[in-house]
Amino acid sequence: MSANIIEVKNLEYKYGDFKAVDGVSFFVREGEIFSFLGPNGAGKSTVINILTTLLPVQKGTAFVAGYDLAREPQEVRKSIGIVFQDETLDRDLTVWESLELHGRIYSMPKDERRQRIDEIIKLVELEDKRDVRTRNLSGGMKRRLEIGRGLMTRPKVLFLDEPTIGLDTQTRRRMWDYIKMVNESGTTIFLTTHYMDEADLVSNWIDIVDHGKIIASGNPTDLKDALGRDMIYLQTSDDEATKNMLQGFKAVMDVKATTQGLVVTINTDGTHCLPLIMNRLKEKGIEIVSVNLKKPTLDDVFVHHTGRDIRNAGAEKLHRIQPRGGK
Amino acid sequence: MAYEFATIYWRDMLRFVRFRIALVASLIQPALWMALYGAAMSSNFSRLGSGMVVPVGAVTVSYLTFMGAGVIALTTLFTSLFGGITLLFDKNWGLMRELLASPMPRNHIIVGIGLSGVTKSFIQVMVIMGFGLVIGVRFFWGYTLLQTVGAILGVLLFVGIFSLGFLFLSSAISMSMETPEGLQAVITLLTLPLFFASNALYPIDAFPGPVRILSQFNPMTHLVNGVRYFAIGNDFYAIGTHYVYTTNDLLLSLLVLMAFAAVMFLVARRVFKKAVVT
Repeated sequence: MSANIIEVKNLEYKYGDFKAVDGVSFFVREGEIFSFLGPNGAGKSTVINILTTLLPVQKGTAFVAGYDLAREPQEVRKSIGIVFQDETLDRDLTVWESLELHGRIYSMPKDERRQRIDEIIKLVELEDKRDVRTRNLSGGMKRRLEIGRGLMTRPKVLFLDEPTIGLDTQTRRRMWDYIKMVNESGTTIFLTTHYMDEADLVSNWIDIVDHGKIIASGNPTDLKDALGRDMIYLQTSDDEATKNMLQGFKAVMDVKATTQGLVVTINTDGTHCLPLIMNRLKEKGIEIVSVNLKKPTLDDVFVHHTGRDIRNAGAEKLHRIQPRGGK
Repeated sequence: MAYEFATIYWRDMLRFVRFRIALVASLIQPALWMALYGAAMSSNFSRLGSGMVVPVGAVTVSYLTFMGAGVIALTTLFTSLFGGITLLFDKNWGLMRELLASPMPRNHIIVGIGLSGVTKSFIQVMVIMGFGLVIGVRFFWGYTLLQTVGAILGVLLFVGIFSLGFLFLSSAISMSMETPEGLQAVITLLTLPLFFASNALYPIDAFPGPVRILSQFNPMTHLVNGVRYFAIGNDFYAIGTHYVYTTNDLLLSLLVLMAFAAVMFLVARRVFKKAVVT
């Protein structure tokens, strides 16, 4: 085996006649934070469920931590930690009991288990909640507890399925601090998230999956650069004239008039191109009301490849604008 | 290694003592059964049976004592059939994925839930016997202390094996069901025939042919046989019927219960093996 901690080749999965995963191949290098992104229904969850042994390998091969998922699921289970998308806590057990349960079903010897529980409770800052039942914890605390639990057995790979969903911004930031800390101590992170900005910030590598296939792969910077375009948002005293003038620029790929001004797509670095445009406008006596330069985000990458906005994926009907305060 | 079922047991018992209401209700319910149904039926049956000719020297037991064994069986049946329900809740709202994704073999879940269910049944049965003695059930009548202890252990042996069988069944049903409503419906459907097509409340000799045959395959009947053998004796008269239990009868009943439990374990194991919770 190479330094790839996860290797998936030609993985297929069918629910009846429906092919949820259609010959997916990818790998994750040891020690990295790997993001697996895709719109709802793209096959993400199926892949995670297979990699975490909750679904069988139907076709293709998958290795996790050096073990063949089809033949040694038991070994894989010992090597991974999982934070599920939905809460998987017993609401009537306390924080300490939840961790004790976890350690025991993973066959951790008592001394080691007890010591780890103390460390984990400290790590996720739940010292004062130790004997509180999980039903009385806030969403963020529960998530921290689940992440802590996933780390208890010192797994080689930690699977995080939407770890920050439903959490407020502050809690999300702290969660990422933990996750990065965990990653720095050597645990490979396999992540799915709907928050593109988070994936952009933390990932070493991103694979985008749609319709059961990997459609884009790369580190976040390369993925964004590969789009090769910056957007300029312009409001001027004469949009019509501006538009005509801009269409003469070689770097300009597209100019779109919107109710809020012009959206200009250029194929070079906007930071150099924008001053040229502004000078030219001044020469022509067109006044600039506002200007904004936008570098492509991971959101743009995602939309470009899937044709869908991740938050609206699968919910196109909701594009209708709703009145404020209305239901 | 390989003691993970004890963890499942530990967790289920923690929940049991934590839900005080459920705990208390589970103890009051059989007491009410005995106090109300037992007392009412007892006076009726005593009147009907008063004309019965009983050989001199034979032991006659009151209806209350007779049905005491039935209440033990009924309570055990109920508790055990509902014992696996926590698995359905785990499946729908919580812990099941954590359990299934762990290295713990799935059999441990079945065994752990089985053992905690048996423990709950034991507690209930002890309470029923104690309460019964207070309201006039003549269990262990004329036994020495040692015989009483032996008889209680005998009762618990039968209760335990019977309980395990239905807990395995309950776990299998819970694991294959999607909703609590469905589970409730199935369990209610099972409970009534099991209870009424048995010798828990009346002798089966007077049943119509098919029902009598059915009742002879009913684990309830075999549990009640065992309980009566240990708690009342092997030769007695009740509601106009002469009951004689030979050692072979007792062993047969025990074997039937063991076979039932074994088959149910295999069923549950199969269901768990195929179970996919995502």
